[in-house]
Amino acid sequence: MAVATGTRHLTPTPSQTAGPFVSIGTEWDAGGRLVPETAKGAISIVGCVLDGAGSPVTDAMLEFWQADPAGQFPSGPAGSRFGGSRFGGSRFGASPSGRSPSGGSPSGGSPSGRSPSGGSPSEGSPSGGSWTGFARALTDEQGRYRLVTLKPGPVPGAGGQPQAPHIDVSIFARGLLQRLVTRIYFPDEEALNATDPVLSSLGDAGLASRLVASGEADSPSLRFDIRLQGDQETVFFAPWCA
Amino acid sequence: MSADVGLTGLGTGAGLDAGAGLDAGAGLDPPYDYAAYRSTTLRAPKRPLLPMPGGETERQGPLFGAAGVDPSDHDLTLSPGGSPIGERIIITGRVTGATGRPVRHQLVEIWQANAAGRYHHPVDNHDAPLDPNFTGAGRCLTDDDGRYRFVTIKPGEYPWANHRNAWRPAHVHFSVFGTSFTERLVTQMYFPGDPLLALDPMYQAVRDRRAAELLIATFDLATTVEHWALGYVFNIVLGGRRPTPGDEPVGG
Repeated sequence: MAVATGTRHLTPTPSQTAGPFVSIGTEWDAGGRLVPETAKGAISIVGCVLDGAGSPVTDAMLEFWQADPAGQFPSGPAGSRFGGSRFGGSRFGASPSGRSPSGGSPSGGSPSGRSPSGGSPSEGSPSGGSWTGFARALTDEQGRYRLVTLKPGPVPGAGGQPQAPHIDVSIFARGLLQRLVTRIYFPDEEALNATDPVLSSLGDAGLASRLVASGEADSPSLRFDIRLQGDQETVFFAPWCA
Repeated sequence: MSADVGLTGLGTGAGLDAGAGLDAGAGLDPPYDYAAYRSTTLRAPKRPLLPMPGGETERQGPLFGAAGVDPSDHDLTLSPGGSPIGERIIITGRVTGATGRPVRHQLVEIWQANAAGRYHHPVDNHDAPLDPNFTGAGRCLTDDDGRYRFVTIKPGEYPWANHRNAWRPAHVHFSVFGTSFTERLVTQMYFPGDPLLALDPMYQAVRDRRAAELLIATFDLATTVEHWALGYVFNIVLGGRRPTPGDEPVGG
């Protein structure tokens, strides 16, 4: 079928659900932070993952992937996100059975320094330091997650057309045979959002607005809920490239 | 319902031809909406999926350098209290793109039940013993050739609440990062000859038999270590990404 000249096209390994115990394999790195809370310019994004009955999805693992404030991505394996002894609390540490299944509680997270590494990209180019562009969070008993990051800059889209600042999100959970993919856009980027090729392609302002985080009352946090079904179902993208 | 639909809801939506070009390499994944797996009912999106945006964010992906991954993290049988109960096994394989290009120095994570079929997790209430010497979590980085290797114990089968007398086949969860956001994969590895595969809605959700069989590891005598552990090979091919000019052709 899709055989390019001179290359072999191997059949991709199919996806399977991450299941209800995804935290066992991922909680060591699920602190939900790309930068420390105290980093200059740090913002937080909070939200709930809800199923078709409006019930919280308490066993989801979310991954966030984004450009830095300059619109750059880390290059080269030097962008290791694991500084130092990341194995402190896992197999050889405290008994995992004592750990909540939702290790990434919005107020919790790992203070051990294993997650989004110590160095703060608070000054200069974040890409030059320990910035990784990547973080994970587990939902808690109320289906909540929390991400601490820096707001990304605009990035080139297909054909070089700029895309408004955004964060790509993958959702893994029991009941999802493949990951779900969505994007978080920013409410204070009205001009760029209006010309963003992805938002524009939706051809529906209502749908586009579902991809934009909202301000939280009395809080500097942004809010972005993920609804797997329902009349406010989140806009999801196919998890593969067209 | 849509149990034989390979791609859920990839029709036209939001004034956009969402179906265009969404076939390559993707039709072999299981659908979101698969009634035989009950948990999909309230979690599978109902709206059509939109095409993955084709921007720099999707072309790039997280990188995992060697600093910080301890070489012993690949061995799930290491425990201060002693060896876990169960049959020691080796699982190894290559992670490649669809052209055979090795995925180098990327993170592979696994998690699994213990030999009795019990997860080290508060939500697992299966009446089977926990093993104080087994948490079931491991990780490593692939080498220059995209190879990974784990030492673990063979996980047990276990019951689940999906339907009457439902049992999951023995499996190991795998999480793999490719070289772009689109290549990210979480899947499960099964064992050859497991009679439960024919009854398992998750495995059966992969409608293409040949693709489903890619989820089954191969017993390998060359990987097997004499007087020590059986060896299994589980190669992982990441799709989700068109071959680019930078991809090296695979000989042979």
